Amino acid sequence: MEILLALVSGTLYATGIYLMLKRRLAQLIVGLSMLANASNLLIFTSAGLTRERAPILTGAEAVDGMGAYADPVPQSLVLTAIVIGFGVLAFSLVLAHRVHLSAGTDDVEAITTGET
Amino acid sequence: MPLVLPIVVPFATAILLKALPYRPTLLRTIAFTGSLGILASAIAILVRVQTDGIQVLQIAGWPAPFGITLVADPFSAMLVVMVGILATAVTAQSFAGVDPRREALGYHPLVHVLLMGVSGAFLTGDIFNLYVWFEVMLIASFVLMVLHRTREQLHAAYVYVTINLIASAVLLTAIGLLYGQAGTLNLADLARVWPERSTPLLDNALSVLFLTAFGIKAALFPLFFWLPASYPAPPPAVGALFAGLLTKVGVYAMIRLFSLVFRNPDAMVYTILLVLSIATMLVGLAGAIAQRNLRRVLSFNLVGHIGFTTVGLALWTPLALAASIFYLLHHMLVITTLFLVSGLFLRQRRTGNLDELGGLWRSNPAVAAIIIIPIFSLAGTPPLSGFLAKLAIVIAAFQARSFVLVAVSLLIGLLTLLSMARVWQQVVWRPAPAPAGQPLRRVDVAPVAGLAALIVGMTIAAGPVFNVSLQAAELLLHPASYVEAVLGGN
Repeated sequence: MEILLALVSGTLYATGIYLMLKRRLAQLIVGLSMLANASNLLIFTSAGLTRERAPILTGAEAVDGMGAYADPVPQSLVLTAIVIGFGVLAFSLVLAHRVHLSAGTDDVEAITTGET
Repeated sequence: MPLVLPIVVPFATAILLKALPYRPTLLRTIAFTGSLGILASAIAILVRVQTDGIQVLQIAGWPAPFGITLVADPFSAMLVVMVGILATAVTAQSFAGVDPRREALGYHPLVHVLLMGVSGAFLTGDIFNLYVWFEVMLIASFVLMVLHRTREQLHAAYVYVTINLIASAVLLTAIGLLYGQAGTLNLADLARVWPERSTPLLDNALSVLFLTAFGIKAALFPLFFWLPASYPAPPPAVGALFAGLLTKVGVYAMIRLFSLVFRNPDAMVYTILLVLSIATMLVGLAGAIAQRNLRRVLSFNLVGHIGFTTVGLALWTPLALAASIFYLLHHMLVITTLFLVSGLFLRQRRTGNLDELGGLWRSNPAVAAIIIIPIFSLAGTPPLSGFLAKLAIVIAAFQARSFVLVAVSLLIGLLTLLSMARVWQQVVWRPAPAPAGQPLRRVDVAPVAGLAALIVGMTIAAGPVFNVSLQAAELLLHPASYVEAVLGGN
């Protein structure tokens, strides 16, 4: 399972970077959100996956045994990162829309060279 | 308890400012009072750190590695004091007038949200919390940058937002991998467990990932191109705040994390950091010489001088790190002052182009006398603080037997002098190409004058400030007392 998720996460990174290199506004935004999701998945995977256990200590399990309960920390990290990522994504979508309106093109090359 | 104040005061101020109706004088007064509150609480923290040692606050009473910890050691306490000083100067500047549309759209609350993020980043003792403060600071800076929605600002913000989101993704990736291996996010706990839980491969890979993330935020070569493309676009007061605080948070985070976690000075990453710092200085100053617009000259100078603030970490000696910390403090003051100075010219002549400025000596001799201080302090002319900071770097480089760095530092000193002397000559000595537009009032010049006085103060009190920097550097290089203060000796 770890290997599968590692591959998915790696593919997301690669796709994200590829899309950002396309130099188009829309692709850039999608690429950025893929990058954010890739790192979320990576946090989740790298901290170790635990099947069919709640992230709660009920007292019955041995506390020190690995896999007795799911680690709640990566879950809360990912949750925080998703919320932050959502807000930032919303902002960058509006910004991209505005830039598109003012530049009249979605070609990143034209936007960045036109500015200097 | 006072440890939360530099975070809570700007937060409360921002909420209050947002809730109040749009009355410029009222909003400006509250924003300014809030900044004074940050400054006062920061000074209180610094005094307590000096008398009682490292201050620690476990949020909500959770014991150390499990909850979020706030820590103030001399390094972070000094930087929070700088936040207070710069906040006071920038909010005082708003009394001279802010564009009404900007102000109505929430300029003041956003400034305070930004200040909250910066103070939080300086005080937190938890790596994921550091990421969250970075994001708080970034989203406030994104909105501050585009408040006007001019074409130039939108395009600059587009570059700025994209590069910062990439940096955030890299940082998040590195934090995820670090947690996966170490099983803790608390910086002090990481310092304790990382040496036994890491492998050389992971150590190298993660330190380079963190170097990339913080390098983008700090604008190190070759990751700095976004800075000169974006900082000149927002109004000078916002540019001053960004220049003084944002890149410095990247430098701070790098020094804090590397000195606690990646503690092998022979590791590859320190060689990379040394080379990048030197390259940053050279490329930044080469750019500064080529520019004709005052804010672009300043932006490139900002990049170039970031190199001085990271070499101390790369050399890994107490003196070098202390010199870099001293440089950091000096640079925060000076670059903010100079961005505010560029605002004076923008008001007076509606341009920042050096070719169209001039005649300040005739029109405002007092202002010319004041700006001689930041300009020549940045240039490193004796006896001002910039000279002392560069001297400390050169001495430290000599002691570390890094002669290339000595040569480059001296060359950079010369190039900065050249760049700043040209600014001085163009703006002050030369006869004005056209009569001045608007006259400068006292309220315009007051923040610049205050900061210039502080630069002089820092020059006079250089001994004590350097001693605290040295103490901070010793604590960073020997983190046992930091770890014990946070974890309580378990």
